[in-house]
Amino acid sequence: MNFLYAAYGATWAIHIVYLITVFQRYSELNREVDELNKK
Amino acid sequence: MRKAFPILGVLTAIFLSYALYLALVVAPREQTMGDVQRIFYYHVPSAWTAFLLFFINFLASVQYLVRRNPSTDKVANWILITVAVVTCIASVVIALVPSLKEAMPKDVEPSAIGTTGVIIAAAYFVIRKFFSVEAVDALAVTTAEVGVVFCTVVLVTGPLWARPVWGIWWTWDVRLTSTLVLWLIYVSYLILRRYSSSGQTPVMAASLAVFGALDVPLVYFSIWIFRTQHPQPVVGGGGSIDPRMLHVLLMNWLAFLCFAYLVCWSRYRLEIMKREVEEAQALQSL
Repeated sequence: MNFLYAAYGATWAIHIVYLITVFQRYSELNREVDELNKK
Repeated sequence: MRKAFPILGVLTAIFLSYALYLALVVAPREQTMGDVQRIFYYHVPSAWTAFLLFFINFLASVQYLVRRNPSTDKVANWILITVAVVTCIASVVIALVPSLKEAMPKDVEPSAIGTTGVIIAAAYFVIRKFFSVEAVDALAVTTAEVGVVFCTVVLVTGPLWARPVWGIWWTWDVRLTSTLVLWLIYVSYLILRRYSSSGQTPVMAASLAVFGALDVPLVYFSIWIFRTQHPQPVVGGGGSIDPRMLHVLLMNWLAFLCFAYLVCWSRYRLEIMKREVEEAQALQSL
């Protein structure tokens, strides 16, 4: 059962880490848009 | 879509939770492997989703290469139409000629050939209708990246299932090796897109993707053709599966497809936004 929960946990860990990187890139881009608007 | 995104996100989360409940509670316990077999309900849908995303990446990459030139675009359109028509005719001919029908793999109907040809052509034209040449490049990057994520899930859940069942984490059989090669091809595609500053990067990446996609059918059909350590197919290819397990498998796949759609939409919006910002920065520096 440990392997089962490890597999399910790993699946969601991978997806969550990826989503975090996507949202971080979003935040970075929003900052660049704000800088462009200021200029 | 932007307004509907939060609602779709909540619905997808509910669906994924329900699919998880089906996988852990409702699905019958497998006789030989026991509860560890339930990894199947995450491993297989992740693989199918990755293959679908790489297929879309293939179509998007082909379109990026051919649509920049009107004559090659026209030729490609006619090739796709021809593929659809020829495969349909082939299906009918195979169904009518007994010797040809006998030569088909077990449990594969002749109509599968025509259906495949029509689906490939239809998917190509749907993408062509809704995505411009630049947008199709963004679609290619998106599907490659999200496909790599799902393929990573496959390569992680596979050994976690293999260890208690086979006693080993990994073996260099055709299915596992070709899946690893597939993952490496698309990771190299993403590295090329990320670190190359050449103006020809999208063209080089699209060319890589077109050839990389040839590995997808090899991965899928490897267990149909070869005797491998990896289990033989349970859906198609002469395999069989308990109907209750098939229901849970398909529900989990549908849930993951909904999730993949939302992730792709987010990543696609990010890519479009990034291109707009780069264009604005370039204009400003002029």
